[in-house]
Amino acid sequence: MTRRVRIGFFLPALAGFAALLVWAYTGIPSFGDYQGPYGFVINRISTPLRHMDNAVNSTTYDIRGIDTMGEEFILFAAVIGVVLLLRDEEGRSEDVEDDTGSDVIRIFGTLAIGAAVLVGLWLVSFGFVTPGGGFQGGVAIASGALLLYLVAGYREWSAFGDETKLDPIKGIGGGGYVVIGLAALVSGMPFLHNFFSGGVTGSVWSGGSAGFVNWSAGIEVAAALVILFSEFLEKYIVPIAKSR
Amino acid sequence: MSFLPYAVAAWVCIVGLYGIVTSRHLIHLALCLTVMQSSTYLLLLAIGYVKHGGPPIYKGVKLGTTSVDPVVQALTLTDIVVSVTVIALILALALDVHKQAGTVDPDEIREMSG
Repeated sequence: MTRRVRIGFFLPALAGFAALLVWAYTGIPSFGDYQGPYGFVINRISTPLRHMDNAVNSTTYDIRGIDTMGEEFILFAAVIGVVLLLRDEEGRSEDVEDDTGSDVIRIFGTLAIGAAVLVGLWLVSFGFVTPGGGFQGGVAIASGALLLYLVAGYREWSAFGDETKLDPIKGIGGGGYVVIGLAALVSGMPFLHNFFSGGVTGSVWSGGSAGFVNWSAGIEVAAALVILFSEFLEKYIVPIAKSR
Repeated sequence: MSFLPYAVAAWVCIVGLYGIVTSRHLIHLALCLTVMQSSTYLLLLAIGYVKHGGPPIYKGVKLGTTSVDPVVQALTLTDIVVSVTVIALILALALDVHKQAGTVDPDEIREMSG
């Protein structure tokens, strides 16, 4: 099938799809006229019942924690796929000279690394109080790690982006999530039930066992993204090392 | 009655789909897929919006204040992070295709495999 024929087939199909979408959208409640009860119920119960100010994260890590576990497994599987495709048997290339020349970038970049990691840790720890949580905090921590490569160079990064250390950390994050769920199960409660729903509302110690779920998600996301950066950087660095 | 956010979601979805079908480069194709995926975030957040509702976070806010649906926000925030890793997998596959076939144009790859 040539390109022209394919687009010829596609355009009528696209018009049909667009018509279906318009038809479907005219059937749903108009914008701002929210009907479903779940949002209102969760907004009502998350603070009195779970001691969480952030209703979004009480959904993510507690009330619908099992959905998040599924998402974590997708993330886990995707990272394993990337590692299988990109990781070489040859091992790491250590003798790469791609250091940053500019002192300004070094100074401000080093400050930015500290800031990014600190913001990340803050986002995870106060996930049940203010906007944030394990997913967002994990991304911030991982971006701090990537900044290390940008401001210092590959040699400094490779000490940190070491897969023999990162793979177990990622496993602990993903496995910890399931272990917390199973801990509730062996105590005679439903899987991933929040089994000590105590804590002080509005503090780091809020959220009960969902706090551990939050941290395991943060650890897994941070480690997973650093592994991704590490694999793609290695793929980019090896040709540089060989050309010297 | 306002359907504008839904219309935007539909438009973003269709633009992304058009990009995927007419793509001449695997990396462009992967980015079109993220554009299409973003339309689901728009649709989810639009459905969860409550008129004059605040964010569903009650730090310093009286309980019972009108707030938007937290469920769709939870779905969106987890999927944004997960989609990044899935895109990384697609890009890794694109790198592999480039190594095997020497091209990243979807049409040429098919011609080569004959």
